[in-house]
Amino acid sequence: MVDASALRKDFPVLERVVHGRHLVYLDSAATSQKPRMVLDAMHRYYEESNSNVHRGVHALAEEATEAYESARGKVARFVGADPRGVVFTKNATEAFNLLAYSFARHRLGEGDILLSTEMEHHANLVPWQVVQPEAGYELRYVPVTPDGELDREAFDEIVATGRVKLFTVTAMSNVVGTINPVAELGAAVRAANEDAIVVVDGAQSVPHLPTDMLALGADALCFSGHKMLGPTGVGVLAATPELLESMPPFLSGGEMITNVTLEGATFNEVPYKFEAGTPPIGEVIGLGAAVDYLDRVGMEGIRRHEVALLESCLPALESVAGLTVHGPSDPARRGAAVSFSISGLHPHDIGTMMDREGVAVRAGHHCAKPLVRSLGSAATTRASFYLYNTPDEIDALVAAIEVTKRFFDV
Amino acid sequence: MAMEDLYHEIILDHYKSPRHRGPELEGAQVHVHHSNPLCGDELDLRLRVDEADAVDGIAYDGEGCSISMASASAMAEAVMGRDIADAEDLAEAFRLMMHGEGLKREDDMLDGVAFQGVAQFPVRVKCALLGWMALRDAIETYRGGAAGSRVTHDDV
Repeated sequence: MVDASALRKDFPVLERVVHGRHLVYLDSAATSQKPRMVLDAMHRYYEESNSNVHRGVHALAEEATEAYESARGKVARFVGADPRGVVFTKNATEAFNLLAYSFARHRLGEGDILLSTEMEHHANLVPWQVVQPEAGYELRYVPVTPDGELDREAFDEIVATGRVKLFTVTAMSNVVGTINPVAELGAAVRAANEDAIVVVDGAQSVPHLPTDMLALGADALCFSGHKMLGPTGVGVLAATPELLESMPPFLSGGEMITNVTLEGATFNEVPYKFEAGTPPIGEVIGLGAAVDYLDRVGMEGIRRHEVALLESCLPALESVAGLTVHGPSDPARRGAAVSFSISGLHPHDIGTMMDREGVAVRAGHHCAKPLVRSLGSAATTRASFYLYNTPDEIDALVAAIEVTKRFFDV
Repeated sequence: MAMEDLYHEIILDHYKSPRHRGPELEGAQVHVHHSNPLCGDELDLRLRVDEADAVDGIAYDGEGCSISMASASAMAEAVMGRDIADAEDLAEAFRLMMHGEGLKREDDMLDGVAFQGVAQFPVRVKCALLGWMALRDAIETYRGGAAGSRVTHDDV
């Protein structure tokens, strides 16, 4: 089991006092805090080995390249990918854009269905929408049921057309926490059309669940570094090397070429073909250190810790009069992002009041407007947990909610 | 900064007992819809202007936090009966107050002045401005002769 109280010492920011109270950080689904080991690794790179990668023959360049590529190896192992299939991007959003522009735009057309879901983060909605008019594919969405699950019947109906060429789905909802049966859904899509590819949004699942691309049946997996103890500025597209090889470059320039003349260029092999320009070297090294940290704690243990938190958090929240928790009620079927509504109170008022109590939660549409709309509101309040959160913080959350309710007299 | 600076008694009163709130307004010439894309607040504002160019009727409706809804309520009270150019000027005075750029016409703002404390909470300034910016847009739309509805996302 994870000893969250001991782990907390690794996270300097968790010592913060906010508005005169000890910070209770319940917004890890937006971004996680960073352990000292990650900060140190980045600091060490800049102080000792700062240099550009993949060029230059001097010692620092070699060290930087070694550190950068070793982080790629760590990330690949962490999600069960081939290192040649791991592309570093700016964030998960850029990874989706890469797939939309380099795959969907060229390989999908009239008659094809690109199937997404109403549960998706805008990052996994908007790029497909933007590319759609040019590509001409049909964009369909799996609806979400009132209890925050994908509507399986509607999914089966769309898949039965045999026209789904790309299916993209989140492994874990950033709003309602639902863990989707990605492997099963992907297999159904492939059974109906063997050419179909399956794209998985792992931005919430990779930081919180043991992940194996093969087990997920994912051709491509997009996630971000900063939600998994790493720094901002680096995201990951993990894909099969074959898929990457079949795609034209997304961004172009330095690094991604083998030869350039004034007439044209030949492109580097994967994954370098997709890493144009100087990459975020320090950030990638930080992400590698984050993966080391998560490996050392153990993803199985992190998941068990979060399930235990959910087991006490969900009933505690549901015992608050007028409060509704959105999404699955069974901790086994959900992650630790918990959205709720309180009758008569707006999420922004809740968020502001709770902040004054030192409790950091997210209020709003969580960049998933279609999903939040389907819950019957424009916004929710979300508390999200990670390996460093303790049962005490659930008590602080509930106490802050009670203070808020008293203040607004609801 | 105390919570009471943000959630002034007057603000809570407007939130709980809204004035001029309603889904329709008889004889309205203009209807604008504003939203705050960051937080998802939505506001519909309907305006009826008489022959002397004065605000003869006003109704807002929407979904949002206590600050945005209460501010729309206080705004409606403050501009009712005013000449539209004068109402526009009052909206500008309110905007300046929210950005901490001086206090003008505080008596004319009526309960609007209670939102002064919101200026200390930068993330909530947009909430307080939502109704006033919709008003400004409604007046402009009225002058332009376009009586339809518009959706605007660029609230200051």
